[in-house]
Amino acid sequence: MTQSDYVLIESRDPFDSADSRFVPETATALRVRGRAVTVYLVQNGVLASRAGARGSELPRLAQAGVTVLADDFSLRERGIEAGEMVSGVREASIDALVDLIMRPGTKTMWH
Amino acid sequence: MPDTLTLAIMDAPYEAAASTTALRIIAAALRQGINVNVFAYEGAVSLTMKDQAPHANPVKGTTVEEEDHPTTKDLVAALVELGSSAPSLTWVNCGLCADERGARNWIDGVKRGSPADLLEMAAQATTTLVIPTK
Repeated sequence: MTQSDYVLIESRDPFDSADSRFVPETATALRVRGRAVTVYLVQNGVLASRAGARGSELPRLAQAGVTVLADDFSLRERGIEAGEMVSGVREASIDALVDLIMRPGTKTMWH
Repeated sequence: MPDTLTLAIMDAPYEAAASTTALRIIAAALRQGINVNVFAYEGAVSLTMKDQAPHANPVKGTTVEEEDHPTTKDLVAALVELGSSAPSLTWVNCGLCADERGARNWIDGVKRGSPADLLEMAAQATTTLVIPTK
């Protein structure tokens, strides 16, 4: 089987989406199988990146070796500054997302 | 052969943040020299309707100029211009989706097509990203 890298784009607010565990569970399952996984938070998905967000799955994802990025434009729209984000989450541009999804062998999924 | 990104989008204009994100991805890819194919279906066929017009805001008492309201047709037109040569932007609207909505008066540079075009675009692309409605 071909080894693929995965980019999971999370656009949903974890506090108003019943299926907000889908991305963390999928990312973790892929990491357990040795795949490189990046979760890119965009739109209301970045709300989970706030350090005070209760029950956020992001620290656990980062500890599992998943790269977690938060879209800079979405952060600015919502008044979230880099210093307010939970550890393990890095700010990134839309150019960085394009770089990631265009890498050969990468599978990208929007949620 | 240059890289190609294919996007399938379906959100109607002025409803979802995903439309803005899709346009940002397209712009970023074109700036990086990546060819982009867009297949717009369902409500997304209205993104390119030529009759869109900016408006004043009577609630706030602001004029058209003060509102400076962006229209999706102007945003897409700018991307069509950006992708007019190399790298290229190919924008295809789902014909059946447009017929259903009476949404057929499009800006220049937009083509009519079918899901068969999406299949072909995906087959020739380096990667394909589908952005569905929530």
